Amino acid sequence: MNEQPAAKTVSRAHREPLVRIAMRDTVSFGKKAAVRAAAIGAALILDAIFIVIVTRLNPIAVYKEIVLASFGTPLRFMWMVRDLAALLCIGIALAPAFKMRFWNIGAEGQVLMGGMATAMCMLFLGSKLPTPLLFLVMVLTSLLAGALWSFIPAFFKAFWNTNETLFTLMMNYVAIQIVAYATNIWRGQASSLGMINMGTKAGWFPKLFGYDFSLNIIIVVVLTVLMYIYLRFTKHGYEISVVGESERTARYAGIDVKKVTIRTLLLSGAICGLCGFIIVAGNKHTISTNTAGGDGFTAIIVAWLAKFNTFYMALISFLLIFLEKGAGQIASTYGLNEYISDIISGIILFCILGSEFFIRYKMIFRHKSEEGKEGEDK
Amino acid sequence: MIQTNLLAWLLRAVQFGTIIIFGSLGEILTEKSGNLNLGVPGIMYLGSFAGFASAYLYENSAANPIPIVCVLLALIAGFLAAALGGLIYSFLTITLRANQNVTGLALTTFGMGVANFFGGFLLQGEVYTAAPISNAAFAHKIPFLSDRLGVVGEALFSYGFLAYAAILLAVGMHIFLNKTRAGLNLRAVGENPATADAAGISVTKYKYLATVIGAGISGIGGLYYVLDYNNGIWATTGQVEALGWLAVALVIFTTWKPLNAIWGAYLFGTLYWLYNFFPKLLGMTNVDRTSDLFQMIPYLVTILVLVIVSLRRKRESQPPASLGLAYFREER
Repeated sequence: MNEQPAAKTVSRAHREPLVRIAMRDTVSFGKKAAVRAAAIGAALILDAIFIVIVTRLNPIAVYKEIVLASFGTPLRFMWMVRDLAALLCIGIALAPAFKMRFWNIGAEGQVLMGGMATAMCMLFLGSKLPTPLLFLVMVLTSLLAGALWSFIPAFFKAFWNTNETLFTLMMNYVAIQIVAYATNIWRGQASSLGMINMGTKAGWFPKLFGYDFSLNIIIVVVLTVLMYIYLRFTKHGYEISVVGESERTARYAGIDVKKVTIRTLLLSGAICGLCGFIIVAGNKHTISTNTAGGDGFTAIIVAWLAKFNTFYMALISFLLIFLEKGAGQIASTYGLNEYISDIISGIILFCILGSEFFIRYKMIFRHKSEEGKEGEDK
Repeated sequence: MIQTNLLAWLLRAVQFGTIIIFGSLGEILTEKSGNLNLGVPGIMYLGSFAGFASAYLYENSAANPIPIVCVLLALIAGFLAAALGGLIYSFLTITLRANQNVTGLALTTFGMGVANFFGGFLLQGEVYTAAPISNAAFAHKIPFLSDRLGVVGEALFSYGFLAYAAILLAVGMHIFLNKTRAGLNLRAVGENPATADAAGISVTKYKYLATVIGAGISGIGGLYYVLDYNNGIWATTGQVEALGWLAVALVIFTTWKPLNAIWGAYLFGTLYWLYNFFPKLLGMTNVDRTSDLFQMIPYLVTILVLVIVSLRRKRESQPPASLGLAYFREER
């Protein structure tokens, strides 16, 4: 849709309207970057106004808190990167599905199922298998669990065009109830499941380079590069983008749309499952209905805003996690509740979403000549 | 014993259904204009918070709070706050043509944040807080009819007035969409905006109005949840989000027909409360473990309906043809 040449704008009314809107032909990288930077700047100002009104602090102090929350100590920095990695990983998983215009809103459930598979292996095989084999089984089962959870809606979409947005959404709640049921049984008499294998640490990610979460980060960095290559330079990636642009074109070009749909969603779900594995084995060491914690939804926005470019996704994930950490810090310092971060993310997302308009379209005011405006854009 | 349980189940089901009737009626109106608003959970949060907060603040500041004022204040504030959420969505998707699904999801995050964050100020460190006078006004049973006519009277007349308003609204929306000029225009906008535009219908106006009013209606569902269903108790919760998604699911279940929302919502309510009452009726113990599986049923039923609707491919049960797409005259 974005790549279409600008249609001729015809003004039908006798009196020209004050503003007309037309599509831009091409937009330079610098202009895109400037619009996005302006959107983020506007969002940061709006967020600051909001925080200042609520907390009655001086804005400089607020920004200092926000920055310190992510960069104040090495440990905080690692936590920030760990959470960034988790969000980015789900975004990477969703990118192929969304590029194909398959609305996989079910990442939350797919991550949960992957995480549950991992937790199950840790619980029941943790003391029985040697570490390398245990990890292999954990990875495989979580990949399978995630893939199964996306395969079901993909199958119905491919063969009967069943609405995938709502199907995947409902699958989230099925997954949540399954996890609730399983943890209820596993916890026995305890009030919650607690960390699994607390003593033996079987199935926990090892420390690398002296930090707890190095392995999480390494896996996600590798995935970022691989997914970029997969979408950009492989035949599969090409097929995905053709199906996403137009199913009819894809069929005409001899692409088996059903096969591509199911294959892509198996991949998407499997990576979500892997993300569940990373969260459970590499971070939380337990499973609960909150393990995915809404990241499955946020990741959709991340993938979409980055236009499925995994490196942009890393940037947007950073921005969101940075603000989330900052908001959390402000909340705990000033005795507010943590939902402040949802408001702050909401504002920034609205601003970025709205700013896309100024990249795709131009506004032509009544008394300005059109030629002059176009010349300025190019 | 069985009778009491069945009656209690029915009452709970209808009350639960009322929340999502409002939620889904608003979304039906929105979707008829071609806008798929996934911000319903956020909008219901906004409605529930604004409704509760205004009633709560009035109750605690007035010397002798008048129940009818509580009701009016809550309704107006809830409707307006939710409509404002719809306005943000409309501005981004209609005027700025942002992607509808992504904007909706962002609105859900935002609404949940606003409600639970500002709700935190009302809580003042407590786990929950209540607006008892407003609750009594909202949950007031129909006098005489509810207690003089035996079980039937109790089953039919012991709900707050919003439960009946929901049914009336569904009927009203059915008439509006199918029997009026404006309703026809709205459907035309949702099916084929280019044609509607050519016929001289203002696409932008219809989309804005349907989405903003639809959001307001959905918001009443959130308000009903906190001031009636939840006994006027406000607590930090993720419950409204789950309800919001069920309301979105119900829209599909009804195949975009308001009248179906009535029985569909009660069916969802019955299924939702299955986990509590069904094992009791069978005399089962150890309920807490199985209840998690029972709570899965409404979602499984929705999936089943989705699949059946797509298998049958009936023309009348399809979504509005341009659902999810932004309209841009110059792109025709």
